[in-house]
Parts: sequence; C-alpha cells; structure tokens
Amino acid sequence: MLFRTAGQFKTSYLKDQTLFPVRQDAILLGIILAFAWVIFPLTASEFTFQTLLIPVLVYSLAALGLNILTGYAGQLSLGTGAFMGVGAYACYKMITIFPEMNLLVAVLMSGLFSAFIGVLFGLPSLRIKGFYLAIATLAAQFFLVWLFEKWAWLYNYNASGAIQVPHVEMLGTPVAGPQAASMTQYYFVLVVVTLMTILAINLTRGTQGRIWKATRDMDIAAELIGINLLKSKLTAFAVSSYIVGVSGALFVFLWRGAAEPNLFDIPISFRILFIAIIGGLGSIMGNYMGAILIVALPVVLKTLPETFGIPISSATVEHLNVMVVGALIVFFLIIEPHGLARLWTLIREKFIIWPFPH
Amino acid sequence: MELLNQLFVNPFVDMVAAPDFLLQVLWEGLVSGVLYALIALGFVLIFRSSRIFNFAQGIMVVFAALTLVGLYAMGIPAWISVVLTLGVMLMLAVTIERVVLRPLVGQPDIILFMATIGITLFLIGFGELIFGGENKQMITSELGIPTGAFELNPFGGFLLLEQKDITAVIGAVSLVIGLLLFLNKTRMGRAVRALGDDHQAALSVGISLRTIWVLVWFIAGVIALVTGVVWGARAGVSFALEVIAYKALPVLMLGGLESITGAIIGGLAIGILEKLFEIYWGQPIMGGNTETWFAFVLALIVLLFRPQGLFGEKIIERV
Amino acid sequence: MNDMSQDGYVTEDGRQIGGVMMEMKNITLKFGGVVAIEDISFDIREGEIRAIIGPNGAGKSSMLNVISGFYHPQEGEVWFHGTERPAMKPYEVARQGVARTFQNIALFEGMTVLDNVMTGRLTHMKSGLLSQAIWWGKALQEEVKNREVVEKVIDFLEIQSIRKTPVGRLPYGLKKRVELARALAAEPKLLLLDEPMAGMNVEEKEDMSRFILDVNDEFGTTIALIEHDMGVVMDLSDRVVVMDYGKKIGDGTPDEVRNNQDVIDAYLGVAH
Repeated sequence: MLFRTAGQFKTSYLKDQTLFPVRQDAILLGIILAFAWVIFPLTASEFTFQTLLIPVLVYSLAALGLNILTGYAGQLSLGTGAFMGVGAYACYKMITIFPEMNLLVAVLMSGLFSAFIGVLFGLPSLRIKGFYLAIATLAAQFFLVWLFEKWAWLYNYNASGAIQVPHVEMLGTPVAGPQAASMTQYYFVLVVVTLMTILAINLTRGTQGRIWKATRDMDIAAELIGINLLKSKLTAFAVSSYIVGVSGALFVFLWRGAAEPNLFDIPISFRILFIAIIGGLGSIMGNYMGAILIVALPVVLKTLPETFGIPISSATVEHLNVMVVGALIVFFLIIEPHGLARLWTLIREKFIIWPFPH
Repeated sequence: MELLNQLFVNPFVDMVAAPDFLLQVLWEGLVSGVLYALIALGFVLIFRSSRIFNFAQGIMVVFAALTLVGLYAMGIPAWISVVLTLGVMLMLAVTIERVVLRPLVGQPDIILFMATIGITLFLIGFGELIFGGENKQMITSELGIPTGAFELNPFGGFLLLEQKDITAVIGAVSLVIGLLLFLNKTRMGRAVRALGDDHQAALSVGISLRTIWVLVWFIAGVIALVTGVVWGARAGVSFALEVIAYKALPVLMLGGLESITGAIIGGLAIGILEKLFEIYWGQPIMGGNTETWFAFVLALIVLLFRPQGLFGEKIIERV
Repeated sequence: MNDMSQDGYVTEDGRQIGGVMMEMKNITLKFGGVVAIEDISFDIREGEIRAIIGPNGAGKSSMLNVISGFYHPQEGEVWFHGTERPAMKPYEVARQGVARTFQNIALFEGMTVLDNVMTGRLTHMKSGLLSQAIWWGKALQEEVKNREVVEKVIDFLEIQSIRKTPVGRLPYGLKKRVELARALAAEPKLLLLDEPMAGMNVEEKEDMSRFILDVNDEFGTTIALIEHDMGVVMDLSDRVVVMDYGKKIGDGTPDEVRNNQDVIDAYLGVAH
C-alpha cells in the first residue's frame, strides 16, 4: 500500500527523467536525510561519531569514486587506497604551505591532484583490459605508497614519517586538528559527501553515464556507435580518482587526524572494493549500504558477545571480522551478485505490486 | 649529468667491480624468482581449467605453511603434519568447489574473481583465528631440509649458497617436471588441459567438471604447500608474507594468464630483475625497498607495448 | 539495366537513387597470412538499399567492418562523399554519419531499452562534464531534445511498451529491433545492417523487412545490408554485391545477380 504508484503520471520527458519518478521514493529519501542531517547528530555520542557516522560517510564516498570507475565504466581497480593517499597528502601540503586556506576549498582541490595521477595510471587502460588492468592498478597502489614513504617533502620531513593534521579553523570554529568537535567534523563531511553524491548521480544518469555504461557493457560496440573509448575511460579515471582523492583528504583531516603511508596500503583498497561490491556495482545508493555494513560489522562483532557475557579479545574480533567479511562477500555474490542495492530494488518492486503479486 | 651517471654508468661499474657480489645478487633473485614462478603456476593451472582468476593463490601459500607449522606445534611429527596439511588442502579444494564455485558457475568472470578475494579474506581471518597472527618459524630442519651453506670463491671473491635455497630450487624444478608429466602423460592431466582449451567440448566428451575442479584446486594447494615450506624457511611464516604472494600477479601479466612456460620464465625474470634493480639502482639512488613495486611497473610497461603479454598470441578483435 | 550515370538511376519501383555516397576501391584485407578480402571495389549510392551476399566465410562481415572503420585494409581506398577517407577510428566514422547493427547482438545489456537507444544519440551530444554534473542548462536541454528524437524512433519501431525494460530481459527478436532503434536514433546517412534477420521466424522477418523499407522510404536513409535469406535480399535490395572466398563474383540488380553463372556456382556448387 505504501508504494502505490497508480495515479502518478508523467506529462513531459523532463519529468520522466527526474530522480524520483515514484513519489514514495522521495519521501523515503527525505526521512533518511532527516536522520543524517538532524537526528543522528543530535543524538550521537562521541563514540558513535568516530566509529560509525564519520567512517561510514568517508568510506561510502571512496566507494562511490571506485564505483564510477568499476561499476559504471567497467574498469576494475585495486589501487583505491593509493589514490586516497594522493588526496590526503595533497591536502596536507596545501594546508601546511597556505595555512590561511579554506579547508573546504583545500579538500575539494586535493581531488584534482589524485584525478591527475589517476588519469596518468589510467592511460594504459586502452591497451590493457580486464584482469590485466586490475593488476596494472596495483602498480599504482604499490608505487604510490612507496613514494609516500620515501619522499620526505610530502610529510614535511617529520621524523615519524607520518602526517599530522594541523589545527584548522573555519569561521572561527575548529574543523580539523585535535580541538575540532566531532559534530562539526561530521557536518563538514556530510556537506562534502552530499555534494559529491548529487554530482555523481547527475553524471551517471545522463550522457556521460550512458557513455560509461556502454564502455562497460561492450566496449567494441561502444566504439562503433561513436564513443571515444580512451576519452570515456580517462574521464572515468579522472572523475573516480577525484572523488576518491576528496574522500582521502576527508579520511585524514576530518577523521583520523594523522596518517602513516601504510594506512593507504592494499587493505584499505580492498575494504573500499568490498563496500562497492557488497553494496552493488553500478549503484550509487549501494555504496552507503555497503559502507554501513562494513563499518558496523566489527562493532557488532565486538559488542554482541559482550552483551551475552562472552569474553572476546580484540585480536580475535579482528580475525573474526576479516573472516566474516570474506564469507559475506562470497555469500552476497552467490545470493545476489549485484549487491544490496539490487536486493532493495527487488524488495521495492514487491512493495509496489503488493498485495497482488501477479 | 650526475643523475645520468648514477642511472646509467655507476651501477654497471659496480657490477663489473665486484662480480662475485653480482653473482650473489643473481642467485638471490633466482631463488625468489623460482618461488614467484611456483605461485604463478598454481594460478595458471586454475585459470586454464576454470577461467577463474584465483586471487587466493598467494594466500593459500601462507595458509598451507601456517597449517603445517601449526599442526607441528600441536606435537604432531613433522612428516605426519605434512600429510595432514595435504589433507587440509584437499578439504579446502572440495569446500571451495562445493560452497563457492558450484553456486557461481556461469557468472561473469569478475564475479568469480571477487569471490576469490572473498576466499582470500576468509582464509586470512580463519588462519589467524586458529593459529594466531604472529610470525612463526618454518620447521625446516625437522623436515630434513639441510640448513648449512656452501661457500664458493668465483673471481677470487665470495659467494654464499644456502642449502635450503638449493633445496628450494631443486624441489621447485622437480615439482614442475612432475606437474608437466602429469598434465601430458596421464588421463586426468589431459582432461585438465582439454578443459583449458575448450570448456564445452571437454564437457561433451564426458569430462567431469567438478572432479577436475577439485583436482586442480588440490594441485594448486600442493604447489602452495611446497612454496610455503621453502618460502617459510627463508622468511618465517605469517600473513605478512601476503605481499610476496602479490608478486605472482605481475608474473602473470608478463607471462600471460594461461601459459605455464610464461609463468616460469616470467617468474624467474621478475625475481632476478627486481633484485638487480633494488641493489644497483633502488638502494643507491631511490632510498631502497623498490621491490614492493618494481615488478608491477615493469609488467605495466611491457604490457603497454605487448598487450597480450610476452607469450600470448596476438589478439584479433571481432564484432 | 538502369541508367547508372553519376547522377544516379531510377529503381523498378520508381525511387530516385542519387550519386555515389561511398565507394570502396580495390580493398584488400589480411589477417596474418589469411586473405579475408581480395581486391574488391563497389559503390553505395545515395538513398539505395545495397546488399552484400555470399556463402559463410566469404568476407561479408569483414567488408562491413572495413566500412565502419573497425578493420583497416592493407590496400585500397574508401571514398565517402567524394573525398578519400583517411584511416580513422571507428568512433570517428560513426560521427561522420555511419551507424550499424551487429551480427551477434551488441546491445548494452546492463542498460534499459531507452538508455540503449539514447546511446545512439551520443554523436549529437556536446554538453560538457560540468554542465552534466549540475544537471542544468545545456545538458538538460540536450537531454530533453534528444529524448524527443529517440521517442520518435521508439514509436516508429513500435517498442514503446518496453522502453524502461533492461535489454537483458528481452527476447531475441526484440533485441534486434532495439539494436536497429539505436542505429536509427543516430539519424545516420549510411546505415549498415549485419544480418538483421538472422535467427528470426517468418513473422519477425516480415516486420524487420517492413522497418527496413520504411526507414529507407521515410528518412531516405542509405542502407547497406548483409543477409543470408535470399528471398529477403532479392525483395529488399536495389543492387547486390556477391562475395565468395574474399573475392567479388557479381554486382548488379537482383535479377542480374540471380542469372550470373559464377553466383549460381558459388551457391549451388560446381559439377567437376
């Protein structure tokens, strides 16, 4: 009954192409947004901000970036973490060189650096395809992380080799550094993630989205109907790396507060990939669902035995977590290779025709 | 000018100046290369027979080694541990076939690839949960692997060949020969190859897909165990080794996903070249530790010029 | 034989055919040592339906791939609208107004019918990435304007009801029609059809023939097609090129070709 679509007619092509042709979807999104913008921030504890809310947003943004490359344009990448690193280091250098710089501007600009590096490593994609390309992206992964470690200029010659986020204020309020309040940081991240999501939705539903999907589904046919494959792929690398870079800057500046080179190593690349897979490749919404699952899982695994009074060490939790994530990936691939987003679509379709399933 | 000197002159001067040291470097590289080749080989076998890009191959190496060491630590004699580990690898093959491959048959390649990443994670978590995450000693001498070293004096210099490295090379070579004999001379082996050439045709002449898959994953497990033992003897056993497992990937890029020859030659080439690069260019000029990326960048550059890899056939695209 | 001067000719059913649109001059295409096309020349005229026929492996598809720029011949020239076409990427050829369908359906399986047909309009779209990202201004106008063109094609091919269906769920015959829609959406000057009726039943073939004739009739689109069904070819086309083992063995009106001894030998075999 909730999803009754009868009576909602479209009178122009423009209206037919709006984001929510079904009114109920818009209402549902409104509720979710209300939670994200008002209810969560008002009720969340410091712990919730730091272990759930902010990480979910940061990871889903990174997964969104990867999803554009892999889910929409069909180019598998295993080097997401390194591109997050490029964004983080670029932001760090800008903020330490120009301390007066607006952090929002710096974060949005740091994506440009990773976009550039992304295009550079994307160049081989015209000649190298499929699995070979996936391995080739590992070249970026290992090389860049090595560079973060060896190029002392990047971390301002700190003895520790790590970058430490300095104190940054916007409008007199600390937003980054040790004095920043979690709620401020959460809103900062939320603004950026919302903005990026809107842009990504628009790009993927229009001309560029069709170019990417055509490249993904059948590259030869795409070229024969007039798509410049190199341009299509490089655009995907650029946009994807841009978003990933921005997420990397947020990751360090608005959440972790400090970063060592190995933070951007292959485990985080994989974590982002899993979020994108479990959420659903080729879906925007899926990134958030996947991120919620992956971020919440260790917390659940830790608190669940505790509530039942079973003692469990943190190392065990970590091992269990890795194991469960692995099993979950296989499980989801078997149940629904298109991820949580597709599961939701199926449920929604059921709702629309309920209570008459035929 | 100084830079050019450092890049193109000094390294070669150093090589000529200390030929015994060069030999030592080449030997070290060769031994690593043999291990890369072994990991890549297990990979090629699985890809040929099932079109699955088995990302878990490297982790299977660590898992096998960990199981072996873990069983021994429980007080089981070394050689019985080996047999039991083989049993575990067989069980693993059967489980993977039943739980992962069978439900996913017919899915796009990328889905199966992702599934093997899932297997990778599962094995890491499972292995650490049971055996712990800390680094362990491989039971080298308990398995009768000699641990001494030969000293040679070529060019009036000094060359150290560790006996366990020599054992590793001999073991690897015999494993490869055995494998080739199996693939070429036995009925089962020919079935595996047939499956690699044409899936449907192989099925239509009555080759059982499931049996072959279990068999191939088991062989990959055996290769993993051998690799794990020799690698563990050099570097200890823990999942920190997974980085080394990734080295098989550029080997595959170079040698091609389906070529056994490619895996062997690619592995050796990468092992030797990355060692040379690290010692003569990486450490003096770039601050060292270039082994983490050299193989990947090398493979990337080669593929730019030969997209089909060194041993692949030229691809003709069709519509 | 009709008047074959530079100005064109009039077909049996009274349509005026124009001058030469595309001319293939002495095309030779090899794959390694295998010669797929050997020294073939023919032309395609404005507004005509031109068929390429021949037994399996005759090199018909290769010829179509040469026209659409997917294969580059080792020898010979391709002339388009009176100028020699340099070696081009396929997407550049498409932007010159050449659209095509494929022997084995090459639709984008992950997209809906509407989106698939919209990809046919890509050669007409010029809005920038930024404009698209904010879904405003030029990008939005373009989206609506091109949607209108696409809807006309969808109406024309009678696939309104499956507009929002993912193409993966469609039956074979409909897929072929969607593929034609995608090619038509490009409003091509030259439409290449690679076995448009392969694998269809009689009814579907009739539909498809009707669409091909209507396209040619209503939009004046020049069509070059490959087809196995002799009856269909002879009915539809104005002129026919016959290929066998990479060589041209006949060229002319359906009647001329039907009576050509080489063609009869190629199809029925020769008594030795």
